Amino acid sequence: MDDMREHEKHGHVGGEHVHDEAAGDTELREGPLDLAAVRAKLQSKTGKQYWRTLEELVGDPQFEELLHREFPRQAPSEWDDAVDRRDFLKLMAASLAFAGLSGCGRTPEQYVVPYVKQPDGMTLGKPQFYATAMPFGADAIGLLVESHEGRPTKIEGNPDHPSSLGATNVFAQASILNLYDPDRTQTVTKFGEIQTWSLFVESAQALAAEMKADNGAGFRILTGIVTSPTLAAQIQSLLTLFPKAKWHQWEPAVGDGARDGAKLAFGSYVNTVYRVEKAEVILSLDSDFLGSGPGHIRYAREFSRRRNLDQFFEEDRSRPEMNRLYVVEPTPSVTGATADHRLPLRASDVELFARALAGKVIDVTVRPGQSALANPAPPAGSEKWLEAVAKDLLRHQGRCLVVAGEHQPAAVHALAHAINAALGNVGKTLYYTEPVEAHPENNLESLRELCSDIYDGKVETLLILGVNPVYTAPHDFDFASKIKFDEKKNRKPVKNTIYVGSHFDETAELCDWHVAESHYLETWGDARAFDGTLSVIQPLIAPLYHTHSAREVLAAFSDKPGLSDYDALRDRLKAVNPSVDFDKFWRKTLNDGLVAGSAFAPISATLKFSAASLPAAKTTSPTDIEFIFRPDPCVYDGRFANNGWLQELPKPVTKLTWDNAALISPKTAEKLELAHNIAWRGGEHGKVYSNVIDIALSNSKVTAAAWSLPGQADGVVVLPLGYGRKKAGYTGTNKGFNAYAVRTSGALWMASAPSSAIKKTGEDYPLACTQYHFNMEGRQILATGTLAEYHKNPNFANELAQLPPKELSLYKGEAEYPYDRDKWAMTIDLNKCNGCNACVVACQAENNIPVVGKDQVMRGREMHWIRIDRYYEKLKPTVGDASGYDDSLDNPPTYFQPVPCQQCENAPCELVCPVGATVHSAEGLNDMTYNRCIGTRYCSNNCPYKVRRFNFLRFQDWETPQLKLLRNPEVTVRSRGVMEKCTYCVQRINNARIESEKANAPIPDGAIVTACEQACPTQAIVFGNANDKNSRVAKLKAQQRNYSLLGELNARPRTTYLAAVRNPNPELESA
Amino acid sequence: MSDWNPPVDSPEIRRLTPVIGPGHTFGSVTDKISSIVLTRPTSLGWYIGFLIAFSLMGMMTIAIGWLIIKGVGIWGINIPIGWGFAIVNFVWWIGIGHAGTLISAILFLLNQKWRTSINRFAEAMTLFAVACAGIFPLIHTGRPWMAFYMFPYPSTMGLWPQFRSPLIWDVFAVSTYGTVSLVFWFVGLIPDLATLRDRAVKKPLKIIYGMLSMGWRGSARHWHRYQSAYLLLAGLATPLVLSVHTVVSFDFAIAIVPGWHTTIFPPYFVAGAIYSGFAMVLTIAIPLRKAYGLEDFITMRHLDNMAKVMLATGLIVAYGYFFEFFLSLYSGNKFDVFLVQQRLHGPYAPFYYALILCNILTPQLLWSYKLRHNVAVLFIMSIVVNVGMWLERFVIVVISLTRDFVPSAWGRYSPTVWDWATFIGTIGMFVTLLFLFVRVLPAISIAEMRELVADTSEEKK
Repeated sequence: MDDMREHEKHGHVGGEHVHDEAAGDTELREGPLDLAAVRAKLQSKTGKQYWRTLEELVGDPQFEELLHREFPRQAPSEWDDAVDRRDFLKLMAASLAFAGLSGCGRTPEQYVVPYVKQPDGMTLGKPQFYATAMPFGADAIGLLVESHEGRPTKIEGNPDHPSSLGATNVFAQASILNLYDPDRTQTVTKFGEIQTWSLFVESAQALAAEMKADNGAGFRILTGIVTSPTLAAQIQSLLTLFPKAKWHQWEPAVGDGARDGAKLAFGSYVNTVYRVEKAEVILSLDSDFLGSGPGHIRYAREFSRRRNLDQFFEEDRSRPEMNRLYVVEPTPSVTGATADHRLPLRASDVELFARALAGKVIDVTVRPGQSALANPAPPAGSEKWLEAVAKDLLRHQGRCLVVAGEHQPAAVHALAHAINAALGNVGKTLYYTEPVEAHPENNLESLRELCSDIYDGKVETLLILGVNPVYTAPHDFDFASKIKFDEKKNRKPVKNTIYVGSHFDETAELCDWHVAESHYLETWGDARAFDGTLSVIQPLIAPLYHTHSAREVLAAFSDKPGLSDYDALRDRLKAVNPSVDFDKFWRKTLNDGLVAGSAFAPISATLKFSAASLPAAKTTSPTDIEFIFRPDPCVYDGRFANNGWLQELPKPVTKLTWDNAALISPKTAEKLELAHNIAWRGGEHGKVYSNVIDIALSNSKVTAAAWSLPGQADGVVVLPLGYGRKKAGYTGTNKGFNAYAVRTSGALWMASAPSSAIKKTGEDYPLACTQYHFNMEGRQILATGTLAEYHKNPNFANELAQLPPKELSLYKGEAEYPYDRDKWAMTIDLNKCNGCNACVVACQAENNIPVVGKDQVMRGREMHWIRIDRYYEKLKPTVGDASGYDDSLDNPPTYFQPVPCQQCENAPCELVCPVGATVHSAEGLNDMTYNRCIGTRYCSNNCPYKVRRFNFLRFQDWETPQLKLLRNPEVTVRSRGVMEKCTYCVQRINNARIESEKANAPIPDGAIVTACEQACPTQAIVFGNANDKNSRVAKLKAQQRNYSLLGELNARPRTTYLAAVRNPNPELESA
Repeated sequence: MSDWNPPVDSPEIRRLTPVIGPGHTFGSVTDKISSIVLTRPTSLGWYIGFLIAFSLMGMMTIAIGWLIIKGVGIWGINIPIGWGFAIVNFVWWIGIGHAGTLISAILFLLNQKWRTSINRFAEAMTLFAVACAGIFPLIHTGRPWMAFYMFPYPSTMGLWPQFRSPLIWDVFAVSTYGTVSLVFWFVGLIPDLATLRDRAVKKPLKIIYGMLSMGWRGSARHWHRYQSAYLLLAGLATPLVLSVHTVVSFDFAIAIVPGWHTTIFPPYFVAGAIYSGFAMVLTIAIPLRKAYGLEDFITMRHLDNMAKVMLATGLIVAYGYFFEFFLSLYSGNKFDVFLVQQRLHGPYAPFYYALILCNILTPQLLWSYKLRHNVAVLFIMSIVVNVGMWLERFVIVVISLTRDFVPSAWGRYSPTVWDWATFIGTIGMFVTLLFLFVRVLPAISIAEMRELVADTSEEKK
């Protein structure tokens, strides 16, 4: 009892509570953290130094330390030891005693005062938009970020930015969730203990001073690809300060092929920019240029412009014809799905194909009659295809384009450069610029050098900025052992390791220091877009936690440690643009989100490449299985693993969520006796059991779920990167399998092994697949045709549907509801949609759509208001396909169909709701009244499109404070037990309505942009007023290929589709 | 089958299969029936049965409690299968609840004497089945505490239910049916309650039965008013028997889901309901007469008649199945045709074949006179038909939803442990109520049996 009394007394000293019992009384009294000492220090201050707010005190690092100590971070250590009854009672008593205090203990006393004078341009309740940019690999995506009272809530594309043109991709859309990720590291730590930034700077300075002695010989910096001139300048200044220090780069999901290919072709690094819009015939050599890689958002937009079929409708023949896309690829991508002709080839055969093509094309154009490439034989079965493509390309010299894939080796890139040069495309459909990367180099070699330096004991201080090499480095580098404490030698291979990252991840765990990295929405910075445009990163919010940018960390080692990002950016811009009126320039730059006219000018790159000098292509034995590594379309290289939106996003082609799987062609799967089993719960719309396989590759093994994927080349297994993370956070840890575990430096993108490398374990693994059924069952769901068919009969999409005539109505006498004000409607052009998913995430962000988790997805309860259906069409027999492609699942034409609520005029859902919770508005919207909904789900049963989503459980997170900041205040956060669905972004309609009523003018076309429409890179989604004959939507609806999904049901959907039209080469069409 | 085919109703058949055993007097009837409630000691069997049933009911309470805490997500439903066990069970129970009122009201109006000994417990069964059914529409909503929105109450917001929705019609149909059935049953009980009051020895029982018997003295005036009221109520209940399941079938027929959108549903649902209702009466009557030695009152004649009704309604149901099939194919509607294929070859095809076996093929055995007079066969048959009718609702509700219009949205359904707990729990509740009923109320109408004694003795003369 005495113990306890003493304890209580101690706990209540001065009304302060101290959780830190474990630290021991002695430490409390003697250590620098003693509150009494701080107080004494305060009291000792005389004169006019009053302690006005705690903020002032926070300036004092010791006090800040103390505040941090108040975190119960230390408390769990109490529990590590065996707790006896007495201690337990003590702790319980303490908890009870402190329970009342905790409410007021930690938070500094601050006064909340409403704006007395409102900041300029800000109206409470009205969002503001700021331009910024998201750096991503060798690109920066220009963004406009919606901010509600200072908190960013939604990311949209910046229409003025060349890499965005107003659209975004899934990563940009979802990156806002990363900002509010509750698992982010919140402060600086050393060996897992909380430290202060000032302590870090002090140690960094001390280290710098130490390193100065030997010119930084043991100093290494590891970054990803850097396109930020400011960050690069900071690194350069460090490298000047420490001349012997080295800068390494490692970007796990970007191939070195493009860099090395350019070097091979031109002798120097150049950056290739495509002008997809100018190309009439495009050949992609395993390039997913519409779905990933630098500039893909812009390329998708440009590509889709050539997929307009308005010219036929408007009888304007002067407009350019529809383009034609050929894709050669080992595994289906969104680009492949969009292609007019797609040829599945093993990854290693793509190079053979490129060589053969080069032989054909260069022979004809550059050296007629001379065979430059000795007997380049195309891969078996592709001869006819190759012939037709070569002919088509030659017919369109200067108007065609050959694009090499990011993950193809340098030779393919060099060949593509040569082919493009031979076809006269350079300067027309593509141009070259100086590299966008600040310091282009072969990443793999760079990392290899770093690892061997560490192995040789040359590295003393390693600074890792924002990359996670412990997780992503090739397995044979064994990066973990490079920084982990070596038990045998009883020392650390690298004396000081500093990791700057957003999460306490695999690398952070092994590093001494971990500096919490700010999100790009919290920092000032810059980055270059794919064409060199200098984009300015402008923070939307002060850092939520004690986080710092990579540049600040670098600065801590420099002679100017205190330089803020803001000043660094301004200083650099000032230095680069000395002649301008800087304030004006600065304002314009921030407003635009980019430095006007900063795109790189085209340079002339002369081809110093002889195809004959190419080393022999690496070929794999046709009986071997080819394993290829690809970044995951949702979590990329793993950096988005903790992002629930992206985890739950169905991957474009496989429709898998929450997991990756080893993707195998149906034939190969059959050969290996791998099968899927549809589960009874969830079934095709949720849960599929797949066989688990062991993959033994490169002296390592990984266990993965096998997924057979139609359209995949036979004998190819895709191992998507980015999953199987051991320390990603609550959402991302232990999802899927880790493909990095079998990825070696010798086979970074492609490894081959005999089929015995794959062994069935006999187990099954449940995968959450949102659409397992891919057959249209002969129904008119997705209307498709060819250009020739369309020319012959533009109305082909509507001819098959049996639309009930309106005269059949029972209520003949009654007039139809006129919708005389506005009549909102949407069209979705299936000819443009490439299934990229940007709309799905945009909708999720805009409408506060919850993430439900894998278990619920497997029960068929995902909540996306817009889904993208993927269907395979029965293959028309084609000539020249690789041999054996007769079965329709080997290379089926793939189509995507986004399905939001169709907003039926004759809505089946409205009729059956017993309480009138879903009702029709005067403008034709099918409104949901969440308050009124009692959740009978009858509406969903009666919805033929199955677009309604039900809150089966309480799916929304109501507790996590960070997520409260994320929510769009204009959209209700739905509770459990209510139905929800697409509203056509009714909040945006109402905002526009308010503006129009203020202006007393009709809402102009384009004033309302729904979230999905806004995000769409291809502008496939168009929203507007169907009553306005000049609106885009009305014009599109007047097109003959406009059709209603399930029109025969007479639900009269307001959302209609424009039939997909492909433009196949007649030579490849069967007779 | 027997070669001998007795005429449907003749003195001969009445002699062979009487509606009441020979030798009964007013007193013996009254003694026998009231003794179950008043004098017979409660058997161990009753206690065991009650305990099991009551435990199951407790399980239902837990399942519903958890449901209210967590939400309907604990069930197996999903998108696209928004309705699962809850609605299947609702329709099944409502169907079972048809027999009682049909027996009491329609057969009363048709002057079928044989109804007398089974009407009381059939009506009780109806009430209990409706009570079980009534649970489901309430708890299957996402927010059951808001379910009162379905009632037309004068809300300050001026909001009314959406009267075009069949679910609202359901609210009215089921609640009216429940109310009228209850009143009808209670009115029928009044003379018997008075008998119990008069025969009860213990004071509390005297008081309770006294209050329930509402001052019945058995005067001629009482009897006169009573019989008018009973007749009127029978008249009132008769259309309800037909309307309830018609309205329930509208839940499906109004919708556009292939497999639901069928005009044949109302008559076919009513027939199915009577089918399952009679099956359930048999399921209860057979053990009841055995346990309490009521073979004299619930005779083979009753069982035979009920089996015949089952056979007849089973044939109507078979006709319904056939025409559902035929019309789907005949319509040429690709979704309907597809549905037929799904039922025959889809992932749930075994359920459809089981349904055909239970509801169409097995009951054909009832053509046989011998089998109709075999109590064990009848009992098994009644269970088979109940299972079959449950399967029918499962096939209609769930399988139609699994694969409707857009193939990308196709899914599957399987119930969770909570679905089963709730379903089995309602069976527990049903049995619990039945156990209590036979213990505290006369399971057979004493007054009407006495009338029957009078009638039959007249015949003998």
